[in-house]
Formats: sequence, C-alpha cells, structure tokens
Amino acid sequence: MSEHLEVLKTYKIYVNGNFPRTESGRYYKVFDSEKELLANACLCSRKDVRDAVKSARGAFSGWKSRNAYNRGQILYRIAEMLESRRAEFEKQLSTIGFSAAEAEADVNASIDRLIYYAGWTDKYQQVFGSVNPVASAHFNFSLLDPTGVVAILAPDQSPLLGLVSLIAPAIAGGNTCVALASEPYPTTSILFAEVLNASDVPGGVVNILTGKKEELAEHFSGHMDVNAIIYTDTLTPEMIKMIDEQSTENLKRVVKKITSDWYSSEAQSPYFITDFQETKTTWHPIGF
Amino acid sequence: MSQTTETKETPFKPTSPNSKLDFASVWEYAPAPESTSHVEIKDRYELFIGGKFVKPSKDRYFPTINPANKEVITEFAEATQSDVNSAVKAARKAFKGEWSSLAPKTRGKYLYRIARMLQERAREFAVLESMDGGKPIRESRDVDVPLAAAHFFYYAGWADKLEYAFPGKTPEPIGVCGQIIPWNFPLLMLAWKIAPALACGNTVVLKPAETTSLTALKFAELIKDSGLPDGVVNIITGAGQTGAEMVNHEDIDKIAFTGSTAVGKLIQRSIAGTDKKFTLELGGKGALIIFEDAAIDQAVEGIINAIFFNQGHVCCAGSRLLVQEGVANELIGKLKDRMETLIVGDPLDKNTDIGAINSGQQYDTINSFLEIGLDEGADVYQSKCSIPDTGFFIRPTLLTNVSQSKRVVQEEIFGPVLTVQTFRTADEAIQKANNTPYGLAGGVWTDKGSKVFKVGSGLRSGVVWANTYNKFDPTSPFGGYKESGIGREGGLHGLSAYLTLK
Repeated sequence: MSEHLEVLKTYKIYVNGNFPRTESGRYYKVFDSEKELLANACLCSRKDVRDAVKSARGAFSGWKSRNAYNRGQILYRIAEMLESRRAEFEKQLSTIGFSAAEAEADVNASIDRLIYYAGWTDKYQQVFGSVNPVASAHFNFSLLDPTGVVAILAPDQSPLLGLVSLIAPAIAGGNTCVALASEPYPTTSILFAEVLNASDVPGGVVNILTGKKEELAEHFSGHMDVNAIIYTDTLTPEMIKMIDEQSTENLKRVVKKITSDWYSSEAQSPYFITDFQETKTTWHPIGF
Repeated sequence: MSQTTETKETPFKPTSPNSKLDFASVWEYAPAPESTSHVEIKDRYELFIGGKFVKPSKDRYFPTINPANKEVITEFAEATQSDVNSAVKAARKAFKGEWSSLAPKTRGKYLYRIARMLQERAREFAVLESMDGGKPIRESRDVDVPLAAAHFFYYAGWADKLEYAFPGKTPEPIGVCGQIIPWNFPLLMLAWKIAPALACGNTVVLKPAETTSLTALKFAELIKDSGLPDGVVNIITGAGQTGAEMVNHEDIDKIAFTGSTAVGKLIQRSIAGTDKKFTLELGGKGALIIFEDAAIDQAVEGIINAIFFNQGHVCCAGSRLLVQEGVANELIGKLKDRMETLIVGDPLDKNTDIGAINSGQQYDTINSFLEIGLDEGADVYQSKCSIPDTGFFIRPTLLTNVSQSKRVVQEEIFGPVLTVQTFRTADEAIQKANNTPYGLAGGVWTDKGSKVFKVGSGLRSGVVWANTYNKFDPTSPFGGYKESGIGREGGLHGLSAYLTLK
C-alpha cells in the first residue's frame, strides 16, 4: 500500500455564499496546540469588510421577509448539517487543544444552541411584541423588526460554540451578519461556513471573515451601513472607546455582553435576539 | 386670522360650484383668549435640588421670553458644574436611602399622587406651557397636559408589577438618571422621562430646555407638594453647557436624551468607553404616503395634523408628503384650500391652530431652510393668512417641485414646512420614504388593509400611523430606527431603559 500524503486544506473566507480569498492577498499563520503550523488563514482587509457588509445588506430584505417558520427550519437545518459533520469538527477542536470529551461537549452544545434559537424564531415576537390598549379609538400594536446588518466580533477562545452563540440569535431575528472569526483559532470558525453553505442559508445572510480584531474592529464600527455591533470578549479600554465613538457616526447599537463561559445558561437567551430588534408601533383608527 | 374683529354684514353666498369658503374675510372668529389672571409666575426661579429651591452657585440667571410677543416672562437659574454636582449628590443620596427601601407599591402611589395633582392643576400648566413655548392653548390643554398626567398614571401602576414585564429576568433599578429634554413638548417630555424612571426605582436629575423651563419648575413645586422624598427628583436649568456637565458626570448611571440627532451623537460620543447606559430619542423626517384609493378629505386632515401640529416642532412630524400621481393635483389643491383656513396667531387664543415658533433661533433656522428650498429650485406656497406683527410666526408652507436629494427633503426643518413629491408604485413610495438617515415615523393612507400592512412593514421607522398621524399614548412604545435614536419610551418596552435585567 502506497503512503497517502495528506491534502492540507486551504482556508478561505465566506462572503455572499462564496468562498473567496481575501482581496488583500495577505495571510497569517495559525498554530495548533503544539505550536506547530496548522494552516495559513486569510488576513482580511478593509475591502473585505466592505464586500461582506455589502453582501449582508443585499441579503437583508429577503431574509427579513422570510416567515418565522422558514427561518426556524433553516436554523434547524444548520444543526442537522453540524451533526452530520461532528467528527470533522471534533477533530478540528482537538488540534487546538480540546480533549476528546471537551470537543464532543462543544459540538453538542453548538448543535443544541442552534436548535434553541430555531425554536425561538416563531416565538420571540409573541413574547416580546404587544397589543397596546390605547385610550382612543385606535388599534395599536408593537412588533419587533430586525435592525439590519450586525457586525459580530466573535470570541477568541471559543471558535465554534462562541461563534454559533452570536450568529444564531442575530439571524433568528431576521438580521444578516458579518462575523469576524476567532483570531487565534480561525480554522474551526471558518469551517462552520461550510456547514452554513450546505444548510439553505441564503448567500449573504452570514458572512465570516478571518483576521485581526485590532485591525478590523474600526472598519466595522465606522461602517455607515452596519446597524449594530456586538462583542463578548474583554477588549482594551482604548478599543472599547474607539468602537463606541465610531458607532456614533450612524448611531449603531453597540452590544457588550462580556462572557467567557459559553456553556452557561446565560449564554443563550431570547434577549440575545431582542438586542438586534427595533420595536415598531403601528396605529390604525377604529370606526365605520 | 385677521387682526380686526369687525364682522361683515353680507353672509357668504356661493357664486359657483367651485367657490371656496373664504374664512379670513367672511367668517371672522372673535378672539377667545384663555385668561392668565390666576396663573402665578414668580420673577425668578431657582434650582430644585434635594427637595429645596436653591440659588445657583454662580448666581447667574437668564431670561425666558414669550415667543408670541417677545416679552420677558421670568428668569431661570444657570446651573454650573458645582450645581450639577449637588443635584447628582442629592439624587444618589435619595437612591441609596429612603427611595430604594420603599415598598414598590408606595413608589407607585407617589406617582399616582403626582398624576392626580397634575390633573387638578391642568389649566395652570396648559397656560404656562403656551406662554413659554408658543404652542396653541388648544394643544397644550387637550394634548400635552392630559397626556403628561396619563404617563404618570400608566407608569404608577408598573411600579409593583415589574416582574411581569421581562419574562425570565429579575429587574433592578439602574441608579441615578440624568435626563435632558427638548423645548417642543416640555411638560410631556418631562413626564415621559420622570414617570418610568421613578416607577423602576431610580432617582433623577432633569434638565429642561433653556427656552422652555417654566413648566418643569412649576412641576418642581408640585413635586414638593406631593411629599416625594427629597432628592428623588431634582430639576436644574441651564443651556447646553449644563447638559454637558450632566452627560460627563461620573456618578450618573444613565443618560436619557430627547433632542436633535446632532446633539444625540455628541452625547453618545462623550460617554464612549464608559459604562453609562443611554437612550436617545432624536430627529426625524417622517413620510406621509397617500395612495390613490385613500379617503382624500381624511388624508388632507391627516396631513394638516402631521405637519402643522405644534408648528411642526415635532420630531415625528410628517414633513415629507409622498402622493400617488393620479390624485396628486386633487390632493394638493384640497390641501392648499385647507391650509387657507388655518388660523395663525396668539397661542393663548382658543381659535388658534398654529402658534408661535418657539424661539428666535428656530425662527431663523426655518427661514434659512425656506431660502435653501428656493435656491434648490422649489416652489414655495404659503397660506395667505395674516400673522401678528410681533413675535415669531411663520405661515403654513408647502414646498413643491422638490426631489429626493434636496436638503429640504433630507434634513429636518422642525417647522410648519411640508415638502411634496409624487410616486407611482408602492415600492417607489417605500423606497423614497426610507431614503433618509432617519427612521422615526411614517404615515400611510389607503382604503386597503392589505396595503397598510405591506407598506407599513416596509417602512424602516419606529412608528407607523395608518390613516392617522401624530397619535400618542403612554401604553405605546415610541422611538427611532437608524439615526432617529436608540431605545424606546412608553409602554412596557419603555421600562427596559430604566432597569438592569439580571
């Protein structure tokens, strides 16, 4: 039997349902837990951010108009695809130091999280919307409406579960998003794009970039077509201030949910969905 | 309204089916001014801190004028940094002390008490609101004051029911809230800010706008009378600098601001990097979409209410008319006729439809936008009504022959000025309506329910009024998408701005 030389995978980014390379032509080295070279990853540039935001904006109106049941079905489909590729993800997680049991738990939790939000798509409106008893002859109700394009600065230390925990509530609520994958462990994060791509998620609804938070955060927070930005890692005070300040240009919603325990019950909540919703109140007169 | 009160001998006789009613020369209304005799206005108002009226540390005061006759009404204290400090200190002390240990239902009962006292003194507040701000007494009497009282009633009931508002969460008060309110609805905005803050167990430092602080200080008297613990509500007066001192104060936990988008951005910028929470209710450029199948006469009334309510000094004012081509001529004709019947004049006269522009500064801003409109090639139509010689008055105005990219279409004028554009398809109307950086309000007029829902859901704005406009109620969340703000006020959604959910 001849010896099989392993094919090393070249990781690319995920934009508009395609897997392009970064336009910058730059890369950075990704290491495994043994400090051995694992792969080269795309070092995305400002132009990649702009392309990804454009694709997210383009997908927004179509995705937001899907009915809640359909969005739930698609989220559940992502869970199915992840389940069927669990071995690959567990192997990936093991390269960055997860034990077999930990890797299995991480994949399990990620699948469960997707299913959790799949179930919320057709319920959050019922729980958080309202019919308002006004003191006049009007019918008046408040519905939640997705805010638009959400920038996600995914957590560094949880390349799968952390990423899934931020993408799922954003898209469950009809937003589209651009996520910046875990910087030290991008391969597991970008691998998740293949799951999305196989799951009926329309192109552009989720875009995943790889690169440096330090470099790209300002391009997200300064982008006039990004409506909200979320981060969950503890950032430096300078970076927090920069994000806050830049976000004032178009009054971005800045969501800070600092957490490192992605397994905890606090890491999943319908309030993660409402973080990216606008309340729209509609009035109509009542009469003949 | 004409300044003369003489009645004509000859009754109006239509001479052809197309004759129009000529209110200005045929049917004069006799003046019906609301009496100001029993309203007490002091010569000077101090700051209200820790339950007492105190002199400002620098002993500086500024006058407030009645914009309808430019006469000085009274003067307000200018709060400087050390006054802001003492107000925040009083609020912090009250938050840690008596207020946080009160039973929630008692908190609610204070709010009920305030609501009732406001109703009892409704006429006084309405007169003062119109004198200080220039709005017609009809509006301050029928809208501002009753709605302000309704807000206190509504939020009073929430005080002991907060655990029902946010499923799965334990609500806790935030602490000391710094609240900055605008000049267009002084008393109503005060109620929008103070009522939910107190219901949730917070204490507040509120700064009214410098041109319209009078009812807030009257309200401070009422707070004193209500027996509310000292320091729970503090009211300080001053201009932008005082507001900036509040925004930058380290011991304020939350900033609630209503005002212009430009100032809102400044505020968000100055608290960048801090843990301060904030809500912003900012400007808008509301679109009124009139479809061919709408009830045209009702739509005309809706448009009048949308743009001329409170002289157009309304952040959610419908200031862009989008009318479907087939009915454009008919609608604009009827709109012009209706505009001719509007009475512009003394805010305290019960016949007045449109009062005085709030300040000299705003008067200049609106006029400069009219200049810009002319420069951009717009046709200007103004009602031929007479307006008083003194005071800041602007006739109801239509700008036709404008397009989407013009400044008068994109920017908030905040006056009785309506731009008019046409559209052919619903999609075009939605696109044009959404094509500004704002997203506060929109209106749709059509006879077809399915169209209301389709167009309403396409509008990127926090409020959609279908076949009506400018309606408010304490149970209804209000707030903006995009650059019209962050957060909601009113309803149970409005509570979240004043709670930490654990």
